[in-house]
Amino acid sequence: MIWNVLYAIWTVTGLAMAGGWVSRRSRVAEALNLAAAVIDFVLVVVLLIATPGQPITALNHYLLLDDFGVWVMFCLAIVYLLASVYAIGYMRWMHGEAARLHRFYSLFAAFALTMFLAPAQNNPGLYWIAIDLTTIVSAFLVGFQRAPESIEAAWKYIVIVSAGLGLALLGTVLFYWAGTFILGPVYDMTWANLASIAPKAEPLLLMLSFLLVLVGFGTKVGLAPMHTWLPDAHSEGPAPVSAMLSGALLNCAMLGILRYLHILRSTSIETMARTALVVLGAFSLLVAALFISRQTIIKRLAAYSSVEHMGVIALGFGFGGPLGVIGALYHMLNHSLTKSLVFFGAGNMMHAYESKDIARIRRVLRFFPRSGAIWLAGAVAITGAPPFGLFLSELTILRGGMQSANPWAVWWMAVLLIVIFIGFLNHFRAMYFGPRPDHAPHLKLKFVHVAPMAVALAAILLLGLWWLPPIWAHLASIATQLGGV
Amino acid sequence: MLIFHLGGVQASLFSLLTIVALILAFVMLGSHWIKNHILAFAAESWVIAALSAAIGITGHYPELVFIAALTALFRGTLLPYLLLRIVNDLRQNREFTPLLQPSSSVVLGGFLVLFSYALAHKLGVRMNLVDNIAVLALTAMFALKLIGFLMLVLRAEAVSSILGLLVIENGIFLGSQILVPGMPLLLEMVILFDLLIIVSTFGMLIRFLHKEVGTTSSRELTRLVG
Repeated sequence: MIWNVLYAIWTVTGLAMAGGWVSRRSRVAEALNLAAAVIDFVLVVVLLIATPGQPITALNHYLLLDDFGVWVMFCLAIVYLLASVYAIGYMRWMHGEAARLHRFYSLFAAFALTMFLAPAQNNPGLYWIAIDLTTIVSAFLVGFQRAPESIEAAWKYIVIVSAGLGLALLGTVLFYWAGTFILGPVYDMTWANLASIAPKAEPLLLMLSFLLVLVGFGTKVGLAPMHTWLPDAHSEGPAPVSAMLSGALLNCAMLGILRYLHILRSTSIETMARTALVVLGAFSLLVAALFISRQTIIKRLAAYSSVEHMGVIALGFGFGGPLGVIGALYHMLNHSLTKSLVFFGAGNMMHAYESKDIARIRRVLRFFPRSGAIWLAGAVAITGAPPFGLFLSELTILRGGMQSANPWAVWWMAVLLIVIFIGFLNHFRAMYFGPRPDHAPHLKLKFVHVAPMAVALAAILLLGLWWLPPIWAHLASIATQLGGV
Repeated sequence: MLIFHLGGVQASLFSLLTIVALILAFVMLGSHWIKNHILAFAAESWVIAALSAAIGITGHYPELVFIAALTALFRGTLLPYLLLRIVNDLRQNREFTPLLQPSSSVVLGGFLVLFSYALAHKLGVRMNLVDNIAVLALTAMFALKLIGFLMLVLRAEAVSSILGLLVIENGIFLGSQILVPGMPLLLEMVILFDLLIIVSTFGMLIRFLHKEVGTTSSRELTRLVG
């Protein structure tokens, strides 16, 4: 029964993808994509409620359904739904692309499909392939506008991420090899099998494999110093794509790192592996802080904020313990919601002021009182200020860090979060209260341009004020399964 | 496990093929003609296919013979053909903007192989495999990986970037044939198809680069910084 829900998600998304491509009519593709997003969201909520506490497998152990995977799918479904609604308004602004718009929606559904596939893979190799497919599909979405910048971004994205994923594949093969000494030359490659061999395998080999996987999937997550593709791809794709990349894709790749970390749980190198994750997270925060402070382009600002938040999540999982894990999981959801809001607002303003430059966007509140206020609230939320969800999850991670093996990172994180708070909001101060612009924007925002932002804002406000009991129970269950990883 | 049950002839044959594949990577490093790179890559893929077949036949892994045929078809024929088509369409014959002379690249590549050997040897000592073919397989894996990255760093042409990535993939594939010949067949097949998709994607993007940006050299892709 529960598997049918999962298959239904894939089928519905797949149908939207195929239907959009075949129909050749943008409105049809748009409607199909939106319908798929709504149905997916409902089905994922069903999964969230119905998934049993213990992981279950199907199809000869090729598929895995566990609380963690479902949680990542939940974040994804939310972003997919919000972005699909927003795309209706945003993509209609692109008159030059009207003839190809059905392909955009088809690719958009395909992108969602590949991301729905990844968390349910029980075979690390197939998980790797799912992540590789997300790269291929999203590269076309990033380059959709065919402007020189978009194509350049798509090219850099696919080259850098493919090189990174090459490392991850090598790590995967070496993990499997480590198992052949214990389970014999041929065995099922599953997360559970790898976890069972890890305590008996050679620690040096495991560490090497883990570092390769960490750097490989870390490239996809956007952890510094492998983040260099991220600001390009996030800033040059259409705004709904940026939201999907940032709010959904990065989580899917983070899931892989966590599954490998979980494999090492009862080995002698667990602490070292954790520390490696903490160091990458800490460095990501530093890089993000420096680039956020000096940023001049609005969507790159939001993109570096993604580097920051992936760093925070990496720190949370690296710290481990119930607080670190729950904080990081909660942070995934809060970040997905908030970052979608920020990207939608940035897309609106870029179009209204006809510029990507922060310097050209001025007096937002005067021209857009309602959506401007929501965007500003989103900016305050993304820097981790109360009373929004990210404040709560960051605080939880900091508390988790106090009890971890790396308490130094708590201070590091706290200081850099303050730097980012000041740097990020300074840009918004300029955009909201700077001098009057030379050309006043004449754009009228429609309901679809603002509604997804408002919904996201309401959600992060709610999540910041109240740990919803079912969410808390779900996250606690994941933390138990991951054994405090 | 295969690596513990090798006869002298088998071990020599596998070692020979591995080393030939490694040398072909140096052919790529030592030339600035893109067509040479593609031909060397094709030859390397055929060598790897031969290795798969040899392991399949002598090590009793019949499915590897099938993989060998697919490798020869995809990696050895189809991918080089696609790449040659791109090169011919865009008339890129030479890598014009290398950072280093071919001779220096080759020397650098030599150091990378030494480093890979040191790493593989250390692993071998820890795992009691010092006199085993596993050390050579690991060396080839790491070395091809690093040489692939070196090509990505030194070369600017888009086709060269693809070739760098393919060399990395070849290295992993080569090593995994010796180390984990029992790896699930499904996985190997999916990875082969995946590679085909990725190269087609690269091909399309290169054409877009050529048309919209007017260059296929990564040193001129400088619009997005900071």
